[in-house]
Amino acid sequence: MSVLVYVEQAEGKFKKSVFEAVSYAKAIADQQSTSLTAISIGDVAESELKELGKYGAAKVLNVSADQLKSFVNQAYASVIAAAAEKEGAAIVVLSNSFSGKGLAPRIAVKLKAGLADGAVELPSTDGKFAIKKTAFSGKAFAITELTSANKVIALNPNAFGVKENTTDAVIENFSADIKQSDLGTVIKDIVRATDKVSLPDSELVVSAGRGLKGPENWGMIEELAGLLGAATACSKPVSDADWRPHSEHVGQTGIAISPNLYIAIGISGAIQHLAGVSSSKVIVVINKDPEAPFFKVADYGIVGDAFEVVPKLIEALKAHKG
Amino acid sequence: MKILVCISNVPDTTTKITFTNDNTEFNTAGVQYIVNPYDEIALARAIELTEGGKGTVTVINVGEAANDPTIRKALAIGADDAVRVNAAPRDAYFVAKQIAEYAKDKDFNVILTGRESIDYNGNQVAAMVGEFLDIPSVSIIKKLDIDGDSATIEREIEGGKEVLTVSGKFVASCAEGVAEPKIPNMRGIMSARTKPLSVVEAVAIDEVTKVTKYETPAPRGTVKLIPADQTEQLISLLHSEAKVI
Repeated sequence: MSVLVYVEQAEGKFKKSVFEAVSYAKAIADQQSTSLTAISIGDVAESELKELGKYGAAKVLNVSADQLKSFVNQAYASVIAAAAEKEGAAIVVLSNSFSGKGLAPRIAVKLKAGLADGAVELPSTDGKFAIKKTAFSGKAFAITELTSANKVIALNPNAFGVKENTTDAVIENFSADIKQSDLGTVIKDIVRATDKVSLPDSELVVSAGRGLKGPENWGMIEELAGLLGAATACSKPVSDADWRPHSEHVGQTGIAISPNLYIAIGISGAIQHLAGVSSSKVIVVINKDPEAPFFKVADYGIVGDAFEVVPKLIEALKAHKG
Repeated sequence: MKILVCISNVPDTTTKITFTNDNTEFNTAGVQYIVNPYDEIALARAIELTEGGKGTVTVINVGEAANDPTIRKALAIGADDAVRVNAAPRDAYFVAKQIAEYAKDKDFNVILTGRESIDYNGNQVAAMVGEFLDIPSVSIIKKLDIDGDSATIEREIEGGKEVLTVSGKFVASCAEGVAEPKIPNMRGIMSARTKPLSVVEAVAIDEVTKVTKYETPAPRGTVKLIPADQTEQLISLLHSEAKVI
C-alpha cells in the first residue's frame, strides 16, 4: 500500500510541475498514513532521480527500457498501471500536463479508477475522497468524489505549490512487459521553442489583445515578458487573426491557466476570456476603456493607452531591477 | 475511410454559470446548448478528410433526447449520419465506455473528439476510448493528415510541439489548428432533417466518480486603479504588496 506518482521527464530533467505533483502526492500519502513511491520512465540520471526525495518520495521506480525512451502514452500507461499493482497503490497522481492529459485517462481505465483531472486541492478527509477540480472552463469548480476503489488524480500546474519534505529516496529499477501493440505511436520530431517560457507552467504571464492593433506591435509585449521572465499569451481574436500562434490563446476555447500574475494588455475581458484566466492569483489590467469588463475582475488596473503605458512600465521595471 | 466524431452537448460559451439545489446541480434555466466548440473542429476535419466520396462521417453523442437539436446541427454541418446513446452522460468514463461499445464492431478507421468539453474540461474521453478499444490515442492534436493507413499528427507539448505517426486505427482529440469550424449552409440545414439519427441503449457500468457540489470562484476585491503616468507604483505594489515579482 502506497501512493504512486508518475514523474514526467523532459530531456532527462524534471520540471517544477513534477516536483509540485510529488509534493501533492506526498501530502495525500500523509493523509492516508502511507509512503510515496515515484515512477520515472526514460533516461534520467540517478542524481536527478534522487531530487525526488527532497519532496517526499521514499522510493523511486526507474524504468529505462529502450522502447520507452520517448513518450508513448499506451505503453507508459501499461507500465504505470503495472507499477501501481505491484506497489499496491490505490492512488495514482500525475501532473495535468499535455502528456499527462493523454496518459491519465488510459491509466484510469486500466485500473477501473475514477479520474479527477484538473485537481486544484487535496482530497477531502471526510471519508468521501472528494476533490475540487476546475469545471466550466474556469467559471466554476466541481467537487468530484472518486467512488471507485482505485483513484487517479491529475494535478493542475501552480495549484498546490512545491513543498520540500526531505527523504532519502531509494532508487529501484522497474520493468514491465510491453506489448508491441502498445507502441502504436512513433515520435518523429520534437520542436521546442527553447528561448520561451512554456505558457501552462509559467508563474507569470503577459497577455495582449486586439488593443495592440497588429502583430507588428508585439515587440513591447515580448520585451516586458522577457524582463519579467514571463510567458506571452493572447486573446482569441488575436490568434484567430493569426497575429499570434494558437498555442498562446488563453480563454474558454483556448487553454486555461492559473499563474501567480496575469497582465492583460488591450483585452476587454469577454466572459470567454475571463473563464481561462480567472484562477490567476493576481490580475493586472491595462486598457484605455475604463468600462472594459476586465477591470471588474482585476486586482490592479491602469486606464490608459497600451502604447504609452507599456513602454513606461518597461522603464519602471528596468529601474526596479536596477 | 469511416470516421466517428464524438460530440458533446454543452452550454453556449456566453453562458453565465450558476447552480441550484444548494449548489449541487447546474442551473439549466435559459441556457442555450451548442455543439462543443472543439468537437466542431474535429467534425470539420473529418468532413475535409472524407470529402468527394473518400469516406463517411458518423457523429455520436451520449445523451438524452433533448440533445437531438445539437446532433442535427452536426448533421447540418456535414456529417452523414448520427447515433445517440440514450443515457444521461454521468462522467467521461461512462461516456467513453458507451462510445467504445458502439464502435467496437463498426470498423471505424479514425475516432475524433474535441480536446475537451467546455463544461467539465476533462480531455478524458479520447484516451479512454482508445484504452477501452486497445488502440492508440493522441491527445490535444494541432494537425492531422492521413495517407492511406498511416496518419501524421502534431500534438501540443509544453513550449512546443511533437510530430508523430500512427498506423491503423486510432483515436485523437482535436484542438485549434486541426481545421476551421464549418458553418452549416441552407442546403445542409435542410438535408439534416432527413439524415439518419439512430438511438441505441446504453450499457451498464459501475460508477467511478460523482460530483457532490459546485463552487464558483471567490469574487475579487475592488480593482486598485493606478494613474497611467505612475507605472513605477504598479511595479512597487506587485513587488511589495502582491509579492508576485
